[in-house]
Amino acid sequence: MLLESIFAGFGGQGVMLMGQLLAYSGMYEGKNTTYVPSYGPEMRGGTANCSVVVSDEIIGSPVISEPNIVVAMNRPSMERFEPMIKPGGVLFYNSSLIDVKPTRTDIKVVAIPANDIANKIGNSRVANMVVVGAILKSTSIVHIETVMKVLQEKVLTGKKKDLVGINREAIEKGMELV
Amino acid sequence: MADRVMMKGNEAIAEGAIRAGCRYFFGYPITPQNEVPEYMSKRLPKIGGTFIQAESEVSAINMVYGAAGAGARAMTSSSSPGISLKQEGISYIAGAELPCVVVNVARGGPGLGGLTPSQADYFQATKGGGHGDYHLIVFAPASVQEIIDLMYEAFVTADKYRNPVMILADGILGQMMEPVTLSEIQDLKIPAKPWATTGMTKGMPQRIINSLGLAPEDLEKINVRIQQKYQEISKNEIRYQEEQTEDADLILVAYGTSARIAKTVMIKARAQGKKVGLFRPISLWPFPTEEIQKLARAGKHFMAIEMSAGQMVEDVKLAVNGKTTVNFFGKLNGTIPTVTEVYDAVMKCFSKGGLA
Repeated sequence: MLLESIFAGFGGQGVMLMGQLLAYSGMYEGKNTTYVPSYGPEMRGGTANCSVVVSDEIIGSPVISEPNIVVAMNRPSMERFEPMIKPGGVLFYNSSLIDVKPTRTDIKVVAIPANDIANKIGNSRVANMVVVGAILKSTSIVHIETVMKVLQEKVLTGKKKDLVGINREAIEKGMELV
Repeated sequence: MADRVMMKGNEAIAEGAIRAGCRYFFGYPITPQNEVPEYMSKRLPKIGGTFIQAESEVSAINMVYGAAGAGARAMTSSSSPGISLKQEGISYIAGAELPCVVVNVARGGPGLGGLTPSQADYFQATKGGGHGDYHLIVFAPASVQEIIDLMYEAFVTADKYRNPVMILADGILGQMMEPVTLSEIQDLKIPAKPWATTGMTKGMPQRIINSLGLAPEDLEKINVRIQQKYQEISKNEIRYQEEQTEDADLILVAYGTSARIAKTVMIKARAQGKKVGLFRPISLWPFPTEEIQKLARAGKHFMAIEMSAGQMVEDVKLAVNGKTTVNFFGKLNGTIPTVTEVYDAVMKCFSKGGLA
């Protein structure tokens, strides 16, 4: 099993968190995993992305040239990373914000109205968790309970504890989409 | 019990140093290594250590000089342009024969350069950098776990030879997160330092630390002694890792992040029936010359892969000494070689009428 994924979007959309969630979940399930964030000039330009590899084997390159999963939370991200996807790979894109359709026909495309669903649930900030749900359902890379455990132990601690419920709801809504 | 935790490379540099008994850190901020001083500033005051954000890189390295002279395990970290500023101090420390650790989380140059990862500081790290006939011992980790492990080795080796040790990483290694196993903190056996300047008590002979030898004969003596030390280091401190070199026709030679990429290329090429191996120098100085020589004598061909215009490849060529071919794939400052393009370069090697 080898998952090579890239998460991309505007700063503030929670793309780094999505990547870290996946990396931590992989670790919790005893797998090898690497997480490389964009830093420096890219970050300062307002867009962010990270590369996450999860594997049963020892990981060679943490830098991905042909991802089998790309998550694009905004249009510039989709335009940049769609062409890199390995044939047969999956593109998850945020159809709430991206007003064009992906053009590749040799990959699987999953449209997720992430912001719309998040707003319906009642908190626009869980849009990223809707996408996480869709990824979990379509790849079975890690278990939802592992992701919830990471969320509770690493992210939603202290005052944020109350947000566990809404995050779970967002993930479950995302799973229903696929 | 050993814990498996997720850690960023820069945090591992700091945690590894603390576990190795480092209690004195002096630095000046620069991307992409800022998590090192950040971590140190949080942790050191809580465990009886000292963190100082100096007013400049020059100041920071001279604080290391002072702390090392007093017998402490001390370190500084920076990135390429900052390491250039520290070179005078590094040469003084090497001349005064003091143990310390200097970390370079390298980024693209020359000049102010960029923020993205680079391996273009290999010459600076291994061939001098500052003035005079001196060497740093240079270790190049390729994973977050290895950063933790080598930080410990770095302090031990520095003390053993009274010589500065450099950890040469790059922006990817500093920024990436990987699970690491933190074993229990070892029982630190910091060796006695009878040369350290810790204050004079009555009847105690005077101890002087400097790098001065005004009389030519004195300076010659110092240099001869230092060179003898380097010979001993070259005998004892070679570190490297070989993967599938035994039956290989082409051996990829790479360190740090490039070695990770090379490993994936090797697996991909093997799946296509091409006998590709990987030789990863871990000590860049001393360089594993004899080990590469042996492989060249066995008829293996080589390809050096670096995020530079070609620096380590010169040491590979010196080792191979014309016996077989040495190819090179390099990416210039700030860009990372992709698996696809290195793989294509490897395949080209095989296709151009055999390797020879």
